[in-house]
Amino acid sequence: MTFELLEGWEAVIGLEIHVQLKTRTKMFCGCEVTFGEPPNTHVCPVCLGHPGVLPVINQKAVEYAARIALALGCRIPSRTIFHRKNYFYPDLPKAYQISQYDLPLGVDGRLEVELDDGSTVTVGIVRVHMEEDAGKLVHAGGASGRIDGADYSLVDFNRGGTPLVEIVTAPDLRTPEQARTFLTQLRSLVEQLGVSDVNMEEGSLRCDANVSVRRPGEPLGTKTELKNMNSFRFLQRGLEAEIERQILALEAGEQVVQETVHFDPVTGSVFPLRSKEEAHDYRYFPEPDLVPIELSAEYLETIRKNLPELPQARKQRLMEQYGLSRKEAATLAFNKSLADYFESLAGVTGDPRVSVNWVLGDVSAYLNANNLSAADFPLSPESVAELIELVRSGRISGKIAKEVFEEMLSSGKRACLIVEQKGLKQISDVGALVEIITKVVAAHPGPAEEFRQGREKVLSFFVGQVMKETKGQANPQLVNQLLRQYLSGQLKGNGPGEVENLG
Amino acid sequence: MTGLTESADCAVQQNQGGLDVTKLTAFACRELLASGEVSAVELTRAYLARIAAVEGAVQAFLLVDEAGALAAAQAVDAKPRQERGPWEGVPIALKDILCVKGVETTCASRILKGYVPPYDATVVARLRQAGLIFLGKLNMDEFAMGSSTENSAFKVTRNPWDLERVPGGSSGGSAACVAASEAPWALGSDTGGSIRQPASLCGVVGLKPTYGAVSRYGLVAFASSLDQIGPLARTVRDAAALLELIAGRDPRDSTSVGLPEPVGLPEREDLKGLKFGIIKEFGEGVCQSEVLEVFGRAVAAIEHLGGNCEEVSMPSLERGLAAYYIIAPSEASSNLARFDGVRYGYRAPGCQDLYEMYVRTRSEGFGPEVKRRIMIGTYALSAGYYDAYYAQAQRTRTLIIREFAEAFGRYDFLISPTSPTVAFRIGERVADPLAMYHSDLCTIPVNLAGLPGLSLPAGFAQGLPVGLQIIGPHFSERRLLNAAYAIEQALAVEVAAPVERLAAEEANL
Repeated sequence: MTFELLEGWEAVIGLEIHVQLKTRTKMFCGCEVTFGEPPNTHVCPVCLGHPGVLPVINQKAVEYAARIALALGCRIPSRTIFHRKNYFYPDLPKAYQISQYDLPLGVDGRLEVELDDGSTVTVGIVRVHMEEDAGKLVHAGGASGRIDGADYSLVDFNRGGTPLVEIVTAPDLRTPEQARTFLTQLRSLVEQLGVSDVNMEEGSLRCDANVSVRRPGEPLGTKTELKNMNSFRFLQRGLEAEIERQILALEAGEQVVQETVHFDPVTGSVFPLRSKEEAHDYRYFPEPDLVPIELSAEYLETIRKNLPELPQARKQRLMEQYGLSRKEAATLAFNKSLADYFESLAGVTGDPRVSVNWVLGDVSAYLNANNLSAADFPLSPESVAELIELVRSGRISGKIAKEVFEEMLSSGKRACLIVEQKGLKQISDVGALVEIITKVVAAHPGPAEEFRQGREKVLSFFVGQVMKETKGQANPQLVNQLLRQYLSGQLKGNGPGEVENLG
Repeated sequence: MTGLTESADCAVQQNQGGLDVTKLTAFACRELLASGEVSAVELTRAYLARIAAVEGAVQAFLLVDEAGALAAAQAVDAKPRQERGPWEGVPIALKDILCVKGVETTCASRILKGYVPPYDATVVARLRQAGLIFLGKLNMDEFAMGSSTENSAFKVTRNPWDLERVPGGSSGGSAACVAASEAPWALGSDTGGSIRQPASLCGVVGLKPTYGAVSRYGLVAFASSLDQIGPLARTVRDAAALLELIAGRDPRDSTSVGLPEPVGLPEREDLKGLKFGIIKEFGEGVCQSEVLEVFGRAVAAIEHLGGNCEEVSMPSLERGLAAYYIIAPSEASSNLARFDGVRYGYRAPGCQDLYEMYVRTRSEGFGPEVKRRIMIGTYALSAGYYDAYYAQAQRTRTLIIREFAEAFGRYDFLISPTSPTVAFRIGERVADPLAMYHSDLCTIPVNLAGLPGLSLPAGFAQGLPVGLQIIGPHFSERRLLNAAYAIEQALAVEVAAPVERLAAEEANL
């Protein structure tokens, strides 16, 4: 957040996002899509690029891609075709990637992004297209971990042929932070669609950035392509480093060269890739092994109708249905599993206010500290609701509740049981409390006299003393009332009759 | 299966105690097996013996799978006859561009030497299912690029009608093996004439089906939008039967649709009411006069059968060759990129880095014609040239498709000589690629338009076979084969090449 563009400069950023679809099988063959399996165990002649094999389009992948395109407000042309993108690399078994070129699945979409300050920026979606993923290389030996200088390299084709959707934005983003926010909200949208795991660490969500800088009002500067940012933080840091590099170069009277720039997450620096691999002419031409895809209006309408509630709409609904603030609603709406958790919890407790406080407070804190998604939160909404009910009914205090919450997470025990076993139950026994009050007041005759003379503030001193005596377990509301009555003489020791209805 | 017998054409002769396979069609083989006159093993042994006898002269095979063929034949014999399918036990040979699980498949290229496919091509699986016996893999121009089979990295196949001449190509091994009676029939592939031109030069029947009639899965790709697998056989009926065995929609090939109706057994005896357009652009000035003489006699035969023949001008077809030599190499440059030394086939030894491995593997693995086409195609698809070459060639292709469509509004079939010349001498055109490309002038437009085309033996010029090309509308195979059958019966051209006599003469020289 400390990054400030240098005075008099503006950055122009566009993103290319690759989303791995979680179809059961690969884009063009029947092999299962997997992650983390032993190398080359989910391969066949088709995804290994054997001589004579042919691709067959995975219909589910087309459906998933259409979902993404429609959710991003894209127009879907009546006819879309695949192209071959030709280049040699050992992870690309056919030496061409089946991708889309001038007739992609979706064009002209947009995503409205909600920034932290509450303003919005509309980011154009230039295209949404389908393609297949490459395999994975492992380079042994050599210092760089890259293919140059390696002793030998191994290829794992398990990932080869996994369906990908590429989303290309217009150059509508102006700061690294905007780019990060955009990616966060896009990720949430795709997650909501149920078509991808959108996990940046595992590579099911990948992002490259095109970035240039200019003096405001001037034509676009020369852009570079920034790669290898496999987390939201790295995207922001990589962009910051690259923008700074470009501005410093221009201010020193140098030129920005159009090239690919690699982000090194270890050093946080960027370095240009100047290698033979860069001189690519992909020689795109229509893939003759596949026939054009023609999606009917009815088919698209069915997909559109079955789209889940999207984050923007959910945000509105959360505000209206639960009375949440815009910020609360936005935080939840762009975090599907957390919003799902909140809605379950509010449903059980019937108290959205208390529920949202818990979800955005202690629950979120736990999830963030442990890098978990709410889908993996160990406590069910029912068990948290039980805890909330203990507070609401006055059996424990809010402060104790936080302790119980920690205990629930560490021991896995139910709230009631923890309260029972640890003796954390709030003291709401009027007789016991009056006994303690009698003792405390007797020990401090001075303040008691002050109260009787009208100094209300002294009351909190006595409440504190009672809480101290009870190790925090006294019901504070009840203590307040009993003290007031006791000090004003309405209540004598061991005379609980009049306050029974307070319980 | 009564009514399918062709015993008149294929009297079984006892020849030195064996079977005279030079007299056998595939239908005849089937009848012999059905009647129990021969076992599948006996039939297979007869063909293996024939191969042993003449292969030294013909050089059609890259691999003879004697053990595999005999094992498959034994399995057929072990089955009760009434439980067998109609073609079980009939031998066949396959162009070495078709993947056969467990059998080396090289496309006649060093770069695939030693490559053993882990799967069967769909057509191979269908034939296997039907119980056919695979005799072996046939020579071809490397990756089907050529018109003489001289571009094979491994051997030069010779024309069984004149051992000093080429068999045509690229399915030269397929055509020569059928002409030399080394197999009753064979499969080839046709991208610009690679079934029809060698069929013409070797005097056998060759059919390129409509694009999409036969699955390409397992056919090593040369030019995906043009390639089609088809039969080479001694008779039209055999070709029809083999087409029926291999045709059909295949879920593994998105461009396959199969045939709209079964081909059935061709039995038409006249051509009454049928209109034939003689393609003017493939006549004088393009074809040798001797070839045109034979073609003229075929036209006369068609008219004698009641067909109506008239000349039709199709000027766009003259541009077919130019369009083809952009489109086919463009697709090939991409299709052949996978031969990179990473996963299978040849890898240049001792490379220091990835770039060197790519460059040396491909430089050493591919022959000159393949390299030439990869370079042409790479150039044509390059940034800045795409519109001038590839896109322009596709527009030409569209014109050709339209011109054919218009012609089929007026004619049932279009005809021309299959090849402008008879078989040329081995080595004659090797140094002149354009002269070689000219061999496919009459056949290429048919691939560009995705039409079915058949080459039928029409007679001989200078003692060498001349083929008649018959072109039909899309998916008209049934009608096309019926018309071809009628013409075949009328012309009654000898299809068994005198290869033993030629070999003996050669040995005596």
